[in-house]
Order: sequence, then structure tokens, then C-alpha cells
Amino acid sequence: MSTKLNNIVSGNATFHHQRHKLLLPAWLVICLLLVVPVLMMLVYSFLTKEFRGGVIWEFSLAAYDQFFFDRGLFGDEPAKIDWTYMRIYARSALQAFIASVLCLVIGFPTAYFIATRSVRSRPVWVFLITIPYWVNLLIRTVSMKFMIRDSGPLNTWLLQAGIIDQPIHLINTNIAVQLGLFYSYLPFMVLPIYASIERYDFSLSEAASDLYASKWTTLRRVILPAVKPGIIAGCILVFVPSLGAFLAPDLLGGAKNFMIGSLIEEQFKGNAGNWPFGAASSMILLAIVMGVLLLYARNETNAAGSR
Amino acid sequence: MKQRFTTKLIQSAVAAAFVLSANTASAEGSLSIYHWFEYIPQEVLDKFSKEYDVEVTMDTYDSNESLLATLKAGKLGSYDVAVPGDYMVEIMRNEGVLDSFEPSDLSNFGNIMDQWLDVSFDPGRKNSIPYQWGSTSFSVNRDMYDGDIRTTDIIFNPPEELAGKINMLDSQGEVLALASIHLGIPQCSSDRDQLKALNALLQEAKPKWASFNSDGAKDVLVSGDAVAGMIYNGFSAKARNEGVNIEYSYPKEGFIVWMDNVVLLKDAPNRDNALKFMNFLLEPENMAAITNFAQYTAGVKGVNELLTEALKTSPESNPPADAPAGSFIAVCDEATQKLYDQIWTNLKK
Repeated sequence: MSTKLNNIVSGNATFHHQRHKLLLPAWLVICLLLVVPVLMMLVYSFLTKEFRGGVIWEFSLAAYDQFFFDRGLFGDEPAKIDWTYMRIYARSALQAFIASVLCLVIGFPTAYFIATRSVRSRPVWVFLITIPYWVNLLIRTVSMKFMIRDSGPLNTWLLQAGIIDQPIHLINTNIAVQLGLFYSYLPFMVLPIYASIERYDFSLSEAASDLYASKWTTLRRVILPAVKPGIIAGCILVFVPSLGAFLAPDLLGGAKNFMIGSLIEEQFKGNAGNWPFGAASSMILLAIVMGVLLLYARNETNAAGSR
Repeated sequence: MKQRFTTKLIQSAVAAAFVLSANTASAEGSLSIYHWFEYIPQEVLDKFSKEYDVEVTMDTYDSNESLLATLKAGKLGSYDVAVPGDYMVEIMRNEGVLDSFEPSDLSNFGNIMDQWLDVSFDPGRKNSIPYQWGSTSFSVNRDMYDGDIRTTDIIFNPPEELAGKINMLDSQGEVLALASIHLGIPQCSSDRDQLKALNALLQEAKPKWASFNSDGAKDVLVSGDAVAGMIYNGFSAKARNEGVNIEYSYPKEGFIVWMDNVVLLKDAPNRDNALKFMNFLLEPENMAAITNFAQYTAGVKGVNELLTEALKTSPESNPPADAPAGSFIAVCDEATQKLYDQIWTNLKK
């Protein structure tokens, strides 16, 4: 037993020999919990809808047809491109984009601030950032709703302080949704950027200022390129969950308009469900996200090649 | 140590299997109920158990859809009775999971109130007896609006004071049914003009609504986020009991009613005890105990005198004398349902 362990630790060749076996558990988990469900969804999206939920095992393109073509309320008008669902996707994407920008604008200075504190106090600052996230997302979102309602603490304070003379109406608006997303996902932006800045060698900034670079130029030409991986990781970590979020739009935005998340949820709920359409909507979303990531990866490789 | 733990595990597994099989055995003297969560007081079950010397076991579900799904997934034949909502009675009968009985099987059959005998989802009560019923319409905060609220215009064509301060239930069936009542059209219409009118009504009303929220239908009224909102009558009573000046409306155009019903399941292992239990529930004293617990309304004669004073006089449970009859949510066929799904998507796109 102990010799075997020694072999793995010391002898690199033995370790390589064992690689496939050692990776097996990870591969099993990925296959069972990730690949199989996605394949199931892919199959379901091409099946026929069963009345009152479920599927009939007959091939059909109806789900994709419903997504892309509009045949009128009664289904007998000539097919034209249906913008309904694409508009829902565009609305969700815009919302996720704004949330990412907001998180970046607030998250970058925060991360910079933490990374420039003394080594001993940094963990305390990181700890402070994560404390609110020990509480369940649903509860945090409901608390946000409580805070910003017309007669809530926020408006009461602002009124008492004499800053405003009318309550600011935030609840059930898009601003409330953005606020909710920003608050939900801010640490996903702060933590990766913090990790990047912490590794950044600040003598590079000194070198830049020795060469007469202004602070702004140093930030733009030296710091930002160095911490770019952290920024990109943060943006992806905020953008992707915001894209499918439905708690904030439902609770803070009043659920008046479908978002990608609530549209898909509705297809699997109760009586009016349409499983193939829900599966097709998910597959289309997956395809878009993968497309964007591939495009980004290709740009990166090209940029790296031309360097 | 490990050995002993394993032995213990096997022992307890065997014991559990034994207890389970004892519970589901179709011997004389047992009854297996499949019921909603927290919907019957234990005293009533104990009383039945004692009176008829029957061992009662109960499992619970939390939605009509999960009741049907469980039965279809192989549990049919392990339960004797269940308590589906109105439309689900019809769906379950169409799915073939219900058994029928004759009025003569239940000596208390005559206790069913006349208006609940010939219901649309079970004409002549061949599969079910009434359990509890309630209504769905809307409530208004009377501190903020003191005009006439007994009209569905409050929701679909609201006065200036209420515009932008209305919460709707986030439920396709209930919103479209109340909108159909407002327009005076049938719920499962396939008439093009009627459906276009329904679609147009919702599109015009949407900008005047603040939110869609079912779970929080009471909360938005109590907190003041909404001044008026669609709501279930029991929920509205609770909002009023929390000290807010909320009035529930029985609009003159009509409103939605729902009713939960005890049904006899197909392949019931204890059919005789199931019928005894249904008969037992039709006794006013027993149904009154359930009603006082659940706080809705019974469909059995003679219950009213036995209710608590608060429930007896509750304005939410007692429609005014001139209120019209309520309508159940209709079960549409597949082709028609598709049109209503489309209208709902149009509303929320």
C-alpha cells in the first residue's frame, strides 16, 4: 500500500500510467450528471408534446417550429418569422449584460482595494464580501424586495433625511431587477478579479510610472491586460447565471414579462406544460452560449498566435 | 463493529418492510387515504378509526398534478380514497383511475347540498362527494379606494386610482377564466371573435397591472405593494385578520369557484371502508370539524350551525344574497387548450 503511494507521488511515470483510472470517478460524474441530462433534453426537444405534460415518442420538429415561426393565434396564417421568443432571449441577454457591467464597475475597484490591503487583513475583507452569501438566494431576494418597496426602509430613510420628498417607486421595475441581479452575483465578479490582482506584481506599476506613464495609462496599459483573465472569468460567472435567472425578475420585476428562465420553467409546470418546447428552448440557449464561448476562444487563440 | 452495524441495518430494514406491508395489507379493518397536506384534523381520523374499528393510514400530496402523476406511476391499487380538485376529478375519470358508487351505497348521500349534487365535473355525483370549496375573485384595500368593487372592471378596466397597483395571480387557468367571465364568453370557446376579444382585453389591461404573483397574493395586499389583487377567498380572510382593511369582492359578472372532492379510487384495496369513510364525512358534525380546521366552506347540509362564530359570519365565506353563481374552471380539449396557451404566452411575452 505505502510503496504504491510512494510510486504515485515520486515516480511520474507510474502516476501517468494510473491517470485514466484516477480520472474515472470525475468522468463518471460528468457523464451521468451532465452529458446524459443534456442528451435527454436534446432527444425530448424532437419529440411530440403530450397533452397535460409529458412526451409522446414520435419524432417532431414542432417545438423548434413554434420557436422560430409565427402562424397566428389560430395556426392557419402563412408562417412568418416569430420574434416573440427571440425578443425574450434578447431581453434576458441585455439584462445579463447590464448586470455584468454593473458588477464590473463596482467589483473591480472593490477587488483592487482588497488586493492592496496588507496581507494579513485581506482574508478579513474577502470574508466580509462573502458573509451575505451564506444566506439563501431566495431569502436575499425577498429581503431586497422588502427594502426597496414604497413604504420600505430605503424610502423611509431617504424621506426622513430630506433627500427626496416622494418615495422612489422601484418595486416591479427593471431597475429593481438589475439591483437584484447585481446584488446576487457581485462576489462572482469580485473574487476572480481579486485573485488576479493579488498575483499582479506591483513593481510593474512602479516601473510604468518611472517611465512617465500617468496613473490612468498605467491602469489601462499595464494593470488591465495583466488581470484580464480574472475580469473575463468574472464577467462569464455573472453573465451566465443572470441569463437564466428567474428569481429576481419574478420577485422584484413583478413577473410581467417572461425571461428565458421563467419561459422554460413555465413549460414544465402543471397543466399547460409543453416539455418538447421547454427542451428546445434550453437547447437553443445552450447553443447560443456555446457559440459565444467558442467565438471568444477562437479570438483568444488568434490573438495569442499573432503575438 | 462494522459487522454489527450491518446486522442492525438489515434488522431495521426487515422491520420497516414488515411494518410497511402490515400497513398496506388489504385486510379487513384498514383504510388508506391519499390527501392534501394539512387538510384534515387528526381528531376526525381518530374518531373514524374508533367508531368503525379501522386502522387509518394517510399519505399526502401538494398539488392535483402530483396526485395524478403518483397514481399513474403505479400507486393505483394502494389507496382507497383521494381528494382531487374539481377539474382533476374530470381528468382522473377520463384517465380511468376512479371507481363509481351508487347513492344508495351512502346512507348520508342526502346530506349533500342540492347545489353540489349535479356538478359539471361529476354530474349526479357518481365518483365523488364534496369536501371543501372556496372561491377566487379579487380584493381591494378599502383605505385606498372606496368606490363600487362588485364588478370585474376593477381588475380588467380599472379606475384611475387603481391603475398600476393591481396584482394578478400568476396562473393561466384562473386569469383567463376570470377574464372570460368579465367578457361573458364561455371558458373553452373556439370562436375566433371571442378569443380575439379575450386576447385584446388582456393586452389592454396589462399595462395597468403591477405584477403577477400567486404565492404572495396576500402579502402584496398586506404590504401595500398592491392596492387591489386577484386572490382566493381564504387568503383574503387571512389578510383581513392581519389587520388590513381588505374587502373581498363577489363581482356581479361572476367569479371562480373551486371544490375539493373525496373520490373512490379504482382498485381500492378496502372499498367497503372507503364508502364507510365517505359516509362518515357526510355527517354534519364531522364535516364541521374539518371546516373549522381548514377554514373553507363545506358542501354538506347542517354544517353551518356547528361552525365557529368567526367562520360563520366571515364575509369571504358568505357571498351576499344577490351574488351570481360562481363558475368552475373548465377542462378544455387539446385543440382548444392550445389557443388559450397561446393567449397566455402573448400576455407574458
